Amino acid sequence: MGMELYLDLLSASCRAVYIFVKKNNIPFDFQFVDLLQGHHHSKEYMEINPLKKLPSLKDGNFILSESVAILLYLCRKYSAPSHWYPPDLHMRARVDEFMAWQHTAIQLPMSKILWIKLLIPMITGEEVPAGKTKEILDEVNKNMQLFEEKFLQDKMFITGDNISLADVVALVEMMQPMAGNHNVFHNSPKLAEWRTRVELTIGSGLFLEAHERLKKLTEWDCSTLDPTVKERVSKLLQKFK
Amino acid sequence: MGLELYLDLLSQPCRAVYIFAKKNRIPFELRTVELLKGQHRSDAFAQVNPLRKVPALKDGEFTLAESVAILLYLSRKYKAPDHWYPEDLQARARVDEYLAWQHTALRSSCTRAMWQKMMFPVFLGERVPPETLASTLAELDSCLQLLEDKFLKDQDFLTGPHISVADLVAITELMHPVSAGCQIFKSRPKLAAWYKRVEAAVGEDLFQEAHAVVMKAKDLPPADTAMKEMLKPLVQVLLR
Repeated sequence: MGMELYLDLLSASCRAVYIFVKKNNIPFDFQFVDLLQGHHHSKEYMEINPLKKLPSLKDGNFILSESVAILLYLCRKYSAPSHWYPPDLHMRARVDEFMAWQHTAIQLPMSKILWIKLLIPMITGEEVPAGKTKEILDEVNKNMQLFEEKFLQDKMFITGDNISLADVVALVEMMQPMAGNHNVFHNSPKLAEWRTRVELTIGSGLFLEAHERLKKLTEWDCSTLDPTVKERVSKLLQKFK
Repeated sequence: MGLELYLDLLSQPCRAVYIFAKKNRIPFELRTVELLKGQHRSDAFAQVNPLRKVPALKDGEFTLAESVAILLYLSRKYKAPDHWYPEDLQARARVDEYLAWQHTALRSSCTRAMWQKMMFPVFLGERVPPETLASTLAELDSCLQLLEDKFLKDQDFLTGPHISVADLVAITELMHPVSAGCQIFKSRPKLAAWYKRVEAAVGEDLFQEAHAVVMKAKDLPPADTAMKEMLKPLVQVLLR
């Protein structure tokens, strides 16, 4: 058994890892862990990752979670071209800086938009109050602005002329709200251009393939959802009220 | 101008950076940014960190935010001993894994626990609903369990036999609820033993010095109206 990656491409973190391994021709076995079926909570998966999160990597006896850690591990182990994680002290620091900031500034709020705009209404039949929705959208807009002004600035990519891990991680997360019909790029031509540039550099075919499952999320028949999961989502809705 | 570190030792990630720099004898100018006075919101500070957060680093023209990035930058630039951020592929991956996980796990629950248990009632004179505090402390408890079961296990330190930046980031987080009177080590002997090892490895004097500000936070005079007004947006976020 070669290296295994436990993934569901609905998750932005999984897409970042998937895109990276495919782009760099790194051989792996795709182990599908269906988030919609709650398989990340299964006993089998908890033996792989007690944190019950995706993605996970299993390389022989070595098991690793956290997409940022996985990306860095893969970069090193497979000696990926240096632009992905530049050796220059300052450029590398910029990648680290973005990868640290994005957990709470980009990933979390982008994921919240998807819940608010699609998943909660779909599962509970109720809408999240407009005030709360606006609050989260304002936070996202503010952080997109910070992303543009501090991380991207007038460069082609976050570290300069070449794509790095930071651009891939950023873009896949910013795609998450698309499934909720929300486009975070439409306010900024500069960000829209960066998006296209990153997509083309990755390869449109690979990019589309990675986002296929997310695109189809609106077609998901959630009537088969486990009642306990539905219960948890209803509780989540209460938190937003 | 040499290396400048913009810190408020009230903040957990600032303490991790402070301890690392001091322990490794990295020469720096300490620039204190007082969070409770809103100094991180100033336009002057935004020149150093447009994200308006501490810690921040300024090295000549180069500025850097995010404690994890700063720790790695310092360890590379000043060639810190290997154990802090090991060269070995798997050992390094373990450190990266912890540093990534903690942002949305331990960090979040430690900050809220300290604010809800102490800063709100004592400093801001605000009442925290008992259910909210109970829920936060329960969340903290789950994180501590994960810390023990998934990261520490039977090792001496979080990611292996030697102290690394992961331990600094974790311990400084845990001292936040400790400063608020949460007895997190009482029923967790394994974690308590790890705490002692980390403190010994850092050096007790340096550890105490880094934590002097937060340990005295409970004795802060109550905030005045201006401060309360300024901290209002924070209140919303921290009351979850």
